[in-house]
Amino acid sequence: MANPKEAIKEKSMVIQKDMLAKQFHELSKAKELGKKVVYTFVPGNLTELILAFDMLPVYPEINALQSGMRKRSGSYIKDAEKIGFSEDVCTYVKCDIGMMLNGNVGPTGEKLPDPDLLLLSYTGCFTFMKWFENLERLYPGVEIAMLHTPYQEDGRITEEQISYMVKQLKEDVIPKMEKVSGKKLDYDRLSKMLENSVKAENLWVKILESAKNKPSPIDSYFAGVYYMGPLNTAFRGTDIAVEYYTELYNEIQERISQGLLPINPEGEIKEERFRLVIEGPPNWTNFREFWKIFYDMGAVIVASTYTKVGGLYDHGFRHEPDKPLESLSKYCMGCYTNLNLPQRIDLIEHYIKEYSADGFLINSIKSCNSFSAGQLLIMREIEQRCSIAVGFIESDLVDPRYFSYANIKNRLESYFQMLEQRKIIMQQEGVPV
Amino acid sequence: MKQFNELLASCNETAFDLRFTKAKNWKLAEKNRLLVGFLPIYFPREIVCAVNGLAVGIMGAGDRKQIIKGDAFYQSYICHLPRGIIEMALDDNLNHFDGFVFPAICDCVRNLSGMFKILKKGKFQRYFDYPQNFDPSIGGIFYRTEMERMVNDMFNINGVKVTVEGLNKAIKLYNRNRKLIETIYDLRQEFPWRLSAVETYYILRAGLAIPVEEHNKVLEDVIEEISNERGEPMDNIRVVVSGSFCEQPPIGLIKSIEMSGCYIVDDDFMLGPRWIQGDVASDTDDPFGALTKAYLNQSTFSSAVYDVGNPKGKRLVELAKRRNADGVIFCAASFCDPALLDRPELQKECDAAGIPHINFQFHENTGQFKVIKEQAGTFSDSIKLWA
Repeated sequence: MANPKEAIKEKSMVIQKDMLAKQFHELSKAKELGKKVVYTFVPGNLTELILAFDMLPVYPEINALQSGMRKRSGSYIKDAEKIGFSEDVCTYVKCDIGMMLNGNVGPTGEKLPDPDLLLLSYTGCFTFMKWFENLERLYPGVEIAMLHTPYQEDGRITEEQISYMVKQLKEDVIPKMEKVSGKKLDYDRLSKMLENSVKAENLWVKILESAKNKPSPIDSYFAGVYYMGPLNTAFRGTDIAVEYYTELYNEIQERISQGLLPINPEGEIKEERFRLVIEGPPNWTNFREFWKIFYDMGAVIVASTYTKVGGLYDHGFRHEPDKPLESLSKYCMGCYTNLNLPQRIDLIEHYIKEYSADGFLINSIKSCNSFSAGQLLIMREIEQRCSIAVGFIESDLVDPRYFSYANIKNRLESYFQMLEQRKIIMQQEGVPV
Repeated sequence: MKQFNELLASCNETAFDLRFTKAKNWKLAEKNRLLVGFLPIYFPREIVCAVNGLAVGIMGAGDRKQIIKGDAFYQSYICHLPRGIIEMALDDNLNHFDGFVFPAICDCVRNLSGMFKILKKGKFQRYFDYPQNFDPSIGGIFYRTEMERMVNDMFNINGVKVTVEGLNKAIKLYNRNRKLIETIYDLRQEFPWRLSAVETYYILRAGLAIPVEEHNKVLEDVIEEISNERGEPMDNIRVVVSGSFCEQPPIGLIKSIEMSGCYIVDDDFMLGPRWIQGDVASDTDDPFGALTKAYLNQSTFSSAVYDVGNPKGKRLVELAKRRNADGVIFCAASFCDPALLDRPELQKECDAAGIPHINFQFHENTGQFKVIKEQAGTFSDSIKLWA
């Protein structure tokens, strides 16, 4: 197994680290500061709304992935299994429950506060609902609000669906937030936050699209999961998020002007040998080792579906300050895992063509049926439509028992050999590569 | 008795006819008839019945079909039900079906709806979303819109418009169906030896593949038969089986539970036809409204429904008490997130109520029951000896 070196950090990374440290410190002091705490989920989150009430969001799946990266998830999962959770079910849920059983200590080592509101605004994952039912029982008596997000069954968002969501927000979710926070919703404040969201979203799209450059200045998956963090979690709608994305965008522009390739924890890729599109979340327990297999081979991820779980901004969605509730509703319904399977395939095809990818790879996650069920059909469809080399590996989100480094490395090396061979053949046949 | 055994044999054959011969013959007998396949758990079949259609339950291939192509569509860590259904779709078992409905119960079934779209099976493929908000003016409107969308899909195929009279008539038929099923369960509660759980299963599952009028007649005949003594009482414990509401356990598993000394006095194997508790109003000017109201207010508890405010653990305990059960057997399909994520909480509620329980997992094509039989047998013995 590889032994990762100390990570190299750019200014934007330092800003993000500082943002997170402050966020978790504030959370640890929430009760002293009189701040109310809202537990909610990343896909289809209502961050601006939560912040407009001066409440602090906590995202259980972020805690789980942080636990995975910090090698704590394995024991948390086992603790949840000891109280009856099956080996078969989502490991994010088990990791989160295990973390609570062990004192609910967050990634910075500080205890996370108990929730004042459980806001089940979720998108594209049925398991989220089960997760919150379990949380509700762990925190009996806590106010709980549910925002049911309809699925894009027909490949589009309908007026009826928007109306259903807006009504839920107006008549159920917002009154409960007002009750918990003791404040009336200030729509002007919410709109101002949404203006900030748009600024950050515009920058984010430019950042994602920078990967169309050859060579790409960014890795849209392994680095992308860091880049997407502020926009998808507690910072969307804030000034600091705009500052972060401005800095990140400038750094990337600088990299393009200098002809630099994507940065990774050990430095920079020296040569872009393969441009890939990836479907599925990454493995968190062995994230650095997993990433290293790619950058050691000169494989750059130019587009990924996972970085769209928090919104499909690159397909035109923006929050609308003048229609805050309608736009929050559309946002929730537009996240990647709320798209139907044909839409997902169309999106991947679009990425492969727009980003001039050499290959398409699926990292199929045992824990996540929302992503995984149907991926083998996605793979076949993409192979047929794009005549591209496809690969398939399996791992898990945060259960270290399901990450087999040797198997994954073997499979990826074979895949990269295939891509290499394919390039040679295409060159011999005079096909531009 | 001979006649009754023939009836049971016929139900068995219909229940596991993976070519749905009876349903297809029904469709072919008249012009403009429709076949709409639906997956577990619940779907308001009344709306199909009202437009000259038959809603047919597709409960999986079970252990009756070898899965070859289906395994190429699903990773090993995904439950078995969808791979069997894909196999059936690719093997033309589902030809003659006009459309398919995928009720919102989990991400696997949700994504299966997309796979049917891509494979172009049927003239429509609907993921049927259920509101998780139970306010009539919010979730109620949403649910009604979902039903109306379906009605529109069917109208586009056979041109039959739904009428108040037609839908009320369908509601009456299904009210009767639910009442008869509950009568059978009530009789079995008192005299579980008169109709085994396996026989009950055949009878209920067959009802998902034939017109409701025909099924009502079957149920009436069953009630008549088991209103009289049949079989021999055994020294068995009484259990409720919970967690098999989607992927169905193989018959061998149900039989193993019974043979190991447990009367199954209630279960969620065929939960869909029993979903609505009590009657739906059948004499209103707004039958869609009546179906909506019934869904919002009269649904049973389920792992597919957001239960805050009406916890399913308490409702399971109530059911076990109402059925005078000695214990609960948690019997969920492997990799079934909804059932398995609920299990710890349901177990906790049983513990609090002093109801003993055991659990095991299965695949629909599980072929080895020895361990299950031993586990259920020990459970039964321990209750008989020490409870």
